Amino acid sequence: MNHATQTLPEMTPPAAMIRTLGLIAAICGTIIVAAYQGTYRAVQENKRIALERAVFKVVPGAQAIAEYWALPNGEIAKVGAGETAPADAIKFYAGYDTAGRLAGIAAEGAAKGYADTVRILFAWDPATRKIAGFSVVAARETPGIGDKVTKDRDFLANFPLEAEPAADGRALAHEIRTVKHGSKAHAWEIDAIAGATITSRAVGRAINDTAQKLLPRIAMHLDTLKEKP
Amino acid sequence: MSQAATTTWEEFMEGVWRQNPVFVMVLGLCPTLAVTVSAVNALSMGLATTFVLTCSCLLVSLLRKLIPKEVRIATYIVIIATFVTVVDYLIQAISLALYDALGAFIQLIVVNCIILGRAEAHASKHPPLTAVVNALGMGVGFSIGLFALGSVREILGAGKLFGFSLFGEHFQPWVVMVLPPGGFFVLGLWLLLFAAWGRWRQRRQGAAKGVTQHA
Repeated sequence: MNHATQTLPEMTPPAAMIRTLGLIAAICGTIIVAAYQGTYRAVQENKRIALERAVFKVVPGAQAIAEYWALPNGEIAKVGAGETAPADAIKFYAGYDTAGRLAGIAAEGAAKGYADTVRILFAWDPATRKIAGFSVVAARETPGIGDKVTKDRDFLANFPLEAEPAADGRALAHEIRTVKHGSKAHAWEIDAIAGATITSRAVGRAINDTAQKLLPRIAMHLDTLKEKP
Repeated sequence: MSQAATTTWEEFMEGVWRQNPVFVMVLGLCPTLAVTVSAVNALSMGLATTFVLTCSCLLVSLLRKLIPKEVRIATYIVIIATFVTVVDYLIQAISLALYDALGAFIQLIVVNCIILGRAEAHASKHPPLTAVVNALGMGVGFSIGLFALGSVREILGAGKLFGFSLFGEHFQPWVVMVLPPGGFFVLGLWLLLFAAWGRWRQRRQGAAKGVTQHA
């Protein structure tokens, strides 16, 4: 044995390393799959309950929901279990009351706020053709400032807000806009909260962006949606 | 107490007190500052981390003789990531509201340096029981640290504790406390408090020694 090999540190054979890594990967893989399988039902159930609660909160009187796609060709289709979104389709929820009649339509909207994207769920009342109200799904706005949009009485007085689909069925008759505090002149304008203008605008834009595309599509199919499927 | 029980207790208390990850080692500050806006969030984060820490240390300790040192870091990360995924699914199954409140910080437990640190410095050199006890102690210590921050920030920043109003209608919340700077303020104050207490104790011990020497 010569001097050089004596000073070399002991090396693990590559086969041993691969064997250990393979064994650990197998153990970890099994644990992950077991955890996924074990929690799958509970997670899906939680998601369904959370969605129902959110829709019931914004659609007054709703007791049951049905999920639909509003397709770009103007048609609507029921959402199947685990289905991925067709291109350019907008998801919406039809809320039905205890008698099975349509109580309102709910849909999500999103727009850039002060800190991050503000995601909201808003409700449209097909009878009055107005936005009945909205709730925040996810937002990281400044506590005490941006989060006033869900509490400020004057801001909430903007609702019901006019959202009439135009006669040509392509957009809304009037764009929903957030205007500076105190300068609201039309029924389709949102009076911003002084000091929380950016979040107020985000709410207006989130509603407008979805409503412009979605409401005209829905308006053509109210007869189909009228009764609980 | 027998010799073994004493060692186990010492091992446990190391993380809870002498080497507290938040107040003594000042490790894992990312979740410490980010999710401690309320007591519930802080406690949940503490429990989630404790779970990952304990399970990872157990597995690392069980496999410690099998893991070649050349690939040990890769192995630890895979093991830690596994248990973080498990905790991710568990929290989703328990409460979606909590899952949304903790956000990306659940997944970020993977890179929490307390866990990799414990796996490398302790679990890889000790038998399973010792490793688990030590990890549990560290987890409890981390949870206590997070809770100390979360409760103070919720009380000052929202006037609540565990969601219950403490001061009634007229309390004006000290909003900065639930914003990121509030995390630094409260952590700083806790560190100051512990440093002052440590110094006071040292001085008292010194004084006591002086007295005995004099006598």
